[in-house]
Amino acid sequence: MLELVGVTKQVGAETHITDVTMTLVKGSLNVLLGPTLSGKTSLMRLMAGLDKPTAGDIRMDGVSVVGVPVQKRNVAMVYQQFINYPTLTVYENIASPLRIQGASDAVIKAKVGKAAELLRLTEHLDKTPLQLSGGQQQRTALARAVVKEAGLVLLDEPLANLDYKLREELRAELPKIFAETGAIFVYATTEPMEALLLGGNTGCLSLGRLTQFGSTIGVYNRPADLITAETFSDPPLNIITVDKRGSEFRHTGGVSFPATPKQAALPDGRYTIGFRPHHLYLDAQGSTGTATQGRVAITEITGSESFVHVDVADSRWVALVPGVRNLDVDTTITVYVDPERFFIFDQTGKLASAPASAA
Amino acid sequence: MSAVANTARAERPVTIGTVRSSNSGRLSWLVPTIYIVLLMLPIYWLVNMSFKTNTEITGVFSLWPEAPTLRNYEVIFSDPSWYMGYVNSIIYVVLNTVISITAALPAAYAFSRYRFLGDKHMFFWLLTNRMAPPAVFALPFFQLYSSLGLIDTHIAVAIAHCLFNVPLAVWILEGFISGVPREIDETAYIDGYSFPKFFVKIFMPLIASGIGVAAFFCFMFSWVELLIARTLTTTDAKPITAIMTRTVSAAGMDWGVLAAAGALTIIPGALVIYFVRNYIAKGFALGRV
Repeated sequence: MLELVGVTKQVGAETHITDVTMTLVKGSLNVLLGPTLSGKTSLMRLMAGLDKPTAGDIRMDGVSVVGVPVQKRNVAMVYQQFINYPTLTVYENIASPLRIQGASDAVIKAKVGKAAELLRLTEHLDKTPLQLSGGQQQRTALARAVVKEAGLVLLDEPLANLDYKLREELRAELPKIFAETGAIFVYATTEPMEALLLGGNTGCLSLGRLTQFGSTIGVYNRPADLITAETFSDPPLNIITVDKRGSEFRHTGGVSFPATPKQAALPDGRYTIGFRPHHLYLDAQGSTGTATQGRVAITEITGSESFVHVDVADSRWVALVPGVRNLDVDTTITVYVDPERFFIFDQTGKLASAPASAA
Repeated sequence: MSAVANTARAERPVTIGTVRSSNSGRLSWLVPTIYIVLLMLPIYWLVNMSFKTNTEITGVFSLWPEAPTLRNYEVIFSDPSWYMGYVNSIIYVVLNTVISITAALPAAYAFSRYRFLGDKHMFFWLLTNRMAPPAVFALPFFQLYSSLGLIDTHIAVAIAHCLFNVPLAVWILEGFISGVPREIDETAYIDGYSFPKFFVKIFMPLIASGIGVAAFFCFMFSWVELLIARTLTTTDAKPITAIMTRTVSAAGMDWGVLAAAGALTIIPGALVIYFVRNYIAKGFALGRV
């Protein structure tokens, strides 16, 4: 069990990590989600022991490990860049932590062989890392982390520099590979989709603060605040500010939406509404949809899906709709929103109401 | 019509191309040849002289030895006061190279990896040591080393040359070290390497070419440096360059032996250049390629 208690890291005048408290249990998969510069790498370096927190405590199984040199900690780490020892063969690269531990040649051979097979490097063991492709180099780095059988495995955007096919393959395999060892598994990513695919727990980071930590689905369905909801939404959340009057949300330009009975119970005042792009429809959705007029700004077609950017009143919304929708710019169309699907945040950014069911 | 236009278009570049290439083909050998001839002429003349007798050198103008002789080389290889000059030079040059690299490696690592008070100023200050001519240091060195009883020892010259070679080596190595991602260091620590073990087993092989280039520059400076080496030695550690200045005797100048000695001094440098030739360009860029 790894506990972070009020961990803060300052470098010079800059604060990289502010007051992070989280508990990671043994055998769990934890995703650190946040945009670049949100502090994912800084937090991982603190967990690994490469950096020392300015304030707060880091405990492993109840014992403080602040000040314990990284060599003495039982951790493994893989970077976004493919980091290997260029002068050693792939075999020696993978064997490196075992050699330092003083394992016998037979043990090393068995473990390296197993890891190499797991990551499909068996025929490359005699090459040096620079003779390999990027994906193979990163697999070498991952294999080195596997053979160490560390209690804490830190992967810092390990798949970000790989092509998408390899990424999908490895993303599916990685949790399985490390799950066997019973290690605490921490995975940093900038992509909300990756967090959802991995499952487990997710911690959302923004500007060095941990905005929410909990089960991935839980955080996705009930983001504690606006920042978390924005971080954990790809494509970006549609956001509008509204004035709530009784059972009506008034937006600028005469646009308004009816509130559900549950939402109507909230006190009147200013709120921020967020809804996901796939909850903005171009077709009427039964009885709950509310129609409003908008002008098409641009359409992006990805193949199976289309992103339609619509200007409604003075805000820009994005609709994620299935299929190819080639709409001309500046045409006026009717879009439908479903108040059921609204995340409603109060003026401090805290979640006031979330959709009842996930969809 | 279009066919005519096409052929015209197709022919024109070809003609221009042939004219240009034949022109440049006729001239391209000229400039390098002039350059190489000018460059090699003094060296050829030195080697030429070393195989001549003194009467031929002073008497007639000949493009190659008319009566080739190995006497000049015999003199050098049979007289300890001559050949010990080479031995002395090589001893202090190798000593200096080893000391310079050993001192410069940790320094360069620190400059590359750590931020400390005045690091940038100190890095620049290192280089300013090379801005002063060696002659400036001859007097203080002589006074200092004689009070320590180090005059006429190999180590004295080796240490004195460090003043120039350590900064140079630090500059070269810093560039190479900065080219190695810091994450490699950290990965080694995470794997469990202690700093010394990591430095020797992982890091030094990584910057081997940088070490080679730095060693080459140290070697060359120390090998050709005359003034300090001569000031700090009298007999036992006298370098070859100093011995060569003493060929003037009552019988006049022994041109042939001097030429043979000069030709021999080129050999160690040429050997070292041969071994590091592929890294030298990188070394001049100080690793910042």
